[in-house]
Amino acid sequence: MHYLLEPGLLASGPVRTALLTGAVVAIASGVIGVFAVTRGQSFAGHSLADVAAAGGAGAFLAGLNQFWGFLAAGIAAAGLMEAAGVQRRRGRDVATGVVLGAALGAAALFLYLGTLRTATTGAAFTVLFGSIFVIGPGTVPALVASGAVAVIAVCLLARVLLLASLSPDLARARGVNVRLVGALYLIALAISVSLAAVAIGAVLSTALLIGPAATALRVTRTPVRAMAGAAAIGLAATWLGIVLAYDSYYWPPRGHGWPVSFFVVALVLAGYLLSYARRPRRLAPRSPHEGAECSPA
Amino acid sequence: MTQEVTRPVSGQRATRQTAERAELLELRGIGVRLGGRQVLGDVTFAIRKGEFAGLIGPNGAGKTTLLRVILGLQEPSGGQVLVHGEPREKRGGRGKGNKSGIGYVPQKLVIDPDMPLRARDVVSLGLDGHRLGFAFPSRQRRELVDKALRDVGAEKYADARVGELSGGEQQRVLIAHALISRPRLLLLDEPLANLDLKSEQEIVAVLGRLVREHEISVLLSAHDMNPLLRVMDRIVYVANGKVATGSTDEVVTSEGLTRLYGHHVDVVRVRGRVLVVAGE
Repeated sequence: MHYLLEPGLLASGPVRTALLTGAVVAIASGVIGVFAVTRGQSFAGHSLADVAAAGGAGAFLAGLNQFWGFLAAGIAAAGLMEAAGVQRRRGRDVATGVVLGAALGAAALFLYLGTLRTATTGAAFTVLFGSIFVIGPGTVPALVASGAVAVIAVCLLARVLLLASLSPDLARARGVNVRLVGALYLIALAISVSLAAVAIGAVLSTALLIGPAATALRVTRTPVRAMAGAAAIGLAATWLGIVLAYDSYYWPPRGHGWPVSFFVVALVLAGYLLSYARRPRRLAPRSPHEGAECSPA
Repeated sequence: MTQEVTRPVSGQRATRQTAERAELLELRGIGVRLGGRQVLGDVTFAIRKGEFAGLIGPNGAGKTTLLRVILGLQEPSGGQVLVHGEPREKRGGRGKGNKSGIGYVPQKLVIDPDMPLRARDVVSLGLDGHRLGFAFPSRQRRELVDKALRDVGAEKYADARVGELSGGEQQRVLIAHALISRPRLLLLDEPLANLDLKSEQEIVAVLGRLVREHEISVLLSAHDMNPLLRVMDRIVYVANGKVATGSTDEVVTSEGLTRLYGHHVDVVRVRGRVLVVAGE
C-alpha cells in the first residue's frame, strides 16, 4: 500500500521545482490564454508552439538550455506573424501553415542530429512532450521572471485588449495603438507558450493555454474572474498531474512513472468536458429589488 | 430652420459669422481616396448642437468612410474636419481617450457568446477602456454605468453577457458605452441594420430622447431614411461621392437627388414614407 500524497513527495527537490515551475506555467498560460481565446488566436498560440519546438530542438543541438531556444524561436515567430498578419488577412493561414511545416521539419533535423551527437534519445521526448521533473534549479529564476513579465504585461493591457477584441475601430477611435497592443500581446503569448513547452512540451503547450481558459470562459462572466478561473484550473490540473505522475511510479509498468504531460492534458480535458455539464447560462432578468441598493435611501 | 441650412456651401461663411458656437462639427471640402480611387470629393456640411442628423445613402456610397474621417481613423486626401471650430486632433487626441468629445458606435459587431464581458463591463470600458491596468470597482463607477444603462433602457440585462444579447439589446449597450464618456457628438454607423422593426423603432426613440434630454448631437448612418423621418433635423445625403444637406424636404426631391446621383431618380412619397427609385 502507498499514499497518493506520499510523505516524501514534498521533500523531493525535483518535485518541489516541478510544483513551483508548474504553478508559474499554469498561471501564465491561464491568464494569457483567456485573451488568446477571446481574440481568436488559439491557432496563433499553437503556431508559436510549433516554431518554439524548432527553437528548443536547436538549443538541444547546440547544447544550450532549451528554454532559451523555445523563447527565442517563439518571439521571432511572434514578430514574423505580426508582420505578415497585419498586412493582409487572406493568405495568413496558408503562410502560417507553410512556415509551421518547415519549423517542425527543422525540429526533426535538429533532434536527429542532436541525438547522434549526444547519444541521448530522451531529448526528442523532452522537447516535444516536456519533462517538468528534470528542470534544472538554475533555470527556475528565469522561468519565474519570464512568467511574471508576461502576466504583468497582459494584466496591464487587459482593458485595451478587451476593447480591441470588441472592435478594433472602437479602440482606435480612443487613441489606442491597436497594432502595438497586438504585437505586445503576441510576445506575451510567445513567452507563455515557451514556459508551457518547458513544462509539458512544445506540442502540448496549447492544451494548457487554451483548455483552462476555454473552461473558465464557459463558467464566468467577467474578464477578471475568467483570468483568475483559468489560472486556478490550470494550476489544479498541473499540480494534480505532477502528484499523479509521481504516484504512477507504482503503476504498471512498475518502476517507470508516466509522463506528467499526459496527466495535465487529460485533467484539462476533463475540466473542459465538465463545464458542459452546467445548465445553459442565459440569465433571467434581475428582480427589480436588486436595483434598490443603488437608489438613494 | 434658418436660411443657411438651405444653402449648405455658399451659406457657410455667413453661418460662421453669425452662429459659430452653434456648429459642433464642420466638414470643409473633404475628399477621400481609397486605393487610388476617389471615394468622396468636396464633402462639405455642418452639424449644429443638439441636432439629429441622418447620414443617408445607398450601400457603398462612402458613409462608413465619412464617419471614419470624422473619427480620425481615415486620413482625408483633402479638406478639414472642425470640431467646435477647431481642427480635430488625430486619433481621438493621441492616446488621451475621448477628448474630442465624439462618441462612436461602430457598424454591426459580431460578439462571441464566450466574450467575458457583461453589458455593464462594456459600458465601463467606455469610461476608460484605453487605459492600462484594471478598472477598480467603485461606487461612483457603478452609478455612472447604471445611469448610462438606464439612459438607453438596458438596465434589465446589465449583468448578462453581451454576446448573448439580441442585436437590438447589443446596440443599446454600445450606445451606453459611447454615452458614458459624455460626448457632445454621437456617431453611429448603421445602427439599424439587421434589426427587427420593433427594435429599430426603439433604438430611434432612445436616440431621439438622448438628443432632447442630453443636448448632444447625433450623426447616424443608414441606407434607409424612413425609420428616421420623424426625428431627423437634418439629412446628409451621400451618393456618387458627393453630399447634399438640409432638411429632408429640401434634399430628398427628384431634381436634387438626380443632380446628386448624376442620373435620373424619382422620389416617391407614400403615406409619410419616402422611396428613392432609379429612373430609366
